[in-house]
Amino acid sequence: MSAVSGNLASGGAKTPVKAPVAKSSLWRQSIRRLMRNKLAVSGFVTVVFMILLCFIGPLFSPYSGNHNNLAMMNKPPSAQHWLGTDKLGRDILTRVMLAGRISLTVGFASMVLSVFIGSLLGAIAGYYRGVVDQIIMRIADLLLTIPSLPLLFIAGAMLSAWKVPTDYRMYIVMLMLSVVGWPGLARLVRGEMLSLREREYMQATIVLGLRDRRKLFHHLLPNITPLLIVIATLNIGGSILMESVLSFFGLGVIQPTPTWGNMIDAANNLIDFQERPWLWVPPGLCIFITVIAINIFGDGLRDVLDPKHKR
Amino acid sequence: MASHLLDIEHLSTYFYTEEGTVKAVDDVSLQVRKGETVCIVGESGCGKSITAMSVMGLIQGPSGKVVSGKIDLEGTDLLKLNRNERRVIRGKEIGMIFQEPMSSLNPVLTIGQQIMEPLIEHLRMSKKEARKRAIELIEQVGISRAEQIANSYPHELSGGMLQRIMIAIAISCEPKLLIADEPTTALDVTIQAQILDILRNFREETGMSILLITHDLGVVAEMADYVIVMYSGKVVEEGEVTELFANPRHPYTQGLLKAKPILNQRQDELYSIPGQVPNPLDLTESCYFHDRCEHCLEICKVQAPELQELGTEQKVACWLYEKEATARV
Ligand SMILES: Nc1ncnc2c1ncn2[C@@H]1O[C@H](COP(=O)(O)OP(=O)(O)O)[C@@H](O)[C@H]1O
Ligand SMILES: [Mg+2]
Repeated sequence: MSAVSGNLASGGAKTPVKAPVAKSSLWRQSIRRLMRNKLAVSGFVTVVFMILLCFIGPLFSPYSGNHNNLAMMNKPPSAQHWLGTDKLGRDILTRVMLAGRISLTVGFASMVLSVFIGSLLGAIAGYYRGVVDQIIMRIADLLLTIPSLPLLFIAGAMLSAWKVPTDYRMYIVMLMLSVVGWPGLARLVRGEMLSLREREYMQATIVLGLRDRRKLFHHLLPNITPLLIVIATLNIGGSILMESVLSFFGLGVIQPTPTWGNMIDAANNLIDFQERPWLWVPPGLCIFITVIAINIFGDGLRDVLDPKHKR
Repeated sequence: MASHLLDIEHLSTYFYTEEGTVKAVDDVSLQVRKGETVCIVGESGCGKSITAMSVMGLIQGPSGKVVSGKIDLEGTDLLKLNRNERRVIRGKEIGMIFQEPMSSLNPVLTIGQQIMEPLIEHLRMSKKEARKRAIELIEQVGISRAEQIANSYPHELSGGMLQRIMIAIAISCEPKLLIADEPTTALDVTIQAQILDILRNFREETGMSILLITHDLGVVAEMADYVIVMYSGKVVEEGEVTELFANPRHPYTQGLLKAKPILNQRQDELYSIPGQVPNPLDLTESCYFHDRCEHCLEICKVQAPELQELGTEQKVACWLYEKEATARV
């Protein structure tokens, strides 16, 4: 008896194995179309290169990011220090790579958080409408009407005033960025939901007697996944930029933890700016290249995934 | 009486629009017995869909409202249930299929996923069980290569296939009642017959009842046990199918039957009922059909007739039969 049921189970188990193959065909089509877009592919390759460089590169470096070497202060690029050293004799290349870890992580994490909050609240607002919608969207509007940079500056200044330890600041900066990031996203998702919920197939799910949770997450969210992927990608670029600005002004992640933003801070000093470009050009270039690459890739994704741009 | 699965009493559903009140369903009563197929026929706009939607609890929002009546499903008044109780009835006790299978399925989910949803929700199946059942259901509605179909997306299938899938979804939880709102209207004639066959087979196998909405008397002849003829939101005639076809009483039913093409009896020109359905906004206290009626009496213009029982299993709302009915009482 158990042998029979075991057989049945394995027979049944065979079916789901096939499912992902066919299911991915839509995605595979999209990927194939994306591959034809050379610019988007180059953006993607660049981003991957930056990620590998920052996360694997430091492992091959003989220097540690915070090792001071007073004998080697402010040295220009050389065979030992490819990108020179800073005012404490630390290796710039190593620090740029380590800084990249933080900047990329902050950018990515705050994106995940704002996409999560934004799509959840947007979906709920658009689906339920009425009072819930009013509350959520008024909060979003409030956050959208306050320019985000000053808001972030104030929050950053508060962090400094309260002497929040540098290790925590990274996480708090992520939170801050998602707080200013979610409203725009929520508004977009809400708009999509409002139009999706009127579709006939959503009427059909009412007839099936599905729970709201099921309707929202199993029926509606899959419809906006492509859109979310596009927004999420473009959002990472924005977050990295924001984090850099904050850290540049000493209001984001602060020294000694390096980020691309706080490394450019060196350009604040006139002598460093004029005489020692190796201090601020590498992190500046990193921000520039990464953000541009992400945006180019995101635009490529949009062409492929966003139905409103498609065809 | 006790064998009634669905018992709708004096149901009225109105829409409050800027131009005025639309009495889409006006004091409609109808019963569906266990295992019986009841057809609602009538021209487009006469309130067939709204009747079905009222049963399903799909009349929501600011403008539409079920203003009065009772919808009993096995003794529970659906109109008195709360949101969640209502939801559980849908899909589980009452299944529904629509006219447009193309737009009734979510384009980004596979067929399999969409059949699995109600199974997981109502029957608490695991994903694996639900998938197995989904494939069985696809086979049951007469589609071969069920596994492959389960993995495809709606746009990859034809309209006829999709309607079969809709049926598979609607009957997945073995509902007691299936409401089919013009299920074959959007399909080719050859496919229509197949779909009707599937519905009939299911009814025989499971003993479920069907409330079939159509404007096609061919479909009625094929499927119905009992027929309800609606006009302008009201029931004008109802009866057992053979009796009603053989002996239509209401001038509107007579017109409908006359308008139906009959094989071997080619006419030069197909009959059509003169005039148009009245504007639902300016309905007066008259028989709504009076201005299209060949037998219009004076009273028809000033007072609406009540639905009267005429012999066994037939009712009609028409002044022509008023005397006959009262004489009987
Ligand atoms: N949302 C609505 N607002 C106003 N009137 C409506 C609405 N939905 C339907 N109606 C009216 O209700 C009447 C019946 O519609 P319906 O039941 O869909 O007809 P059918 O018999 O063709 O299915 C029509 O006259 C229609 O104009
Ligand atoms: Mg209709």
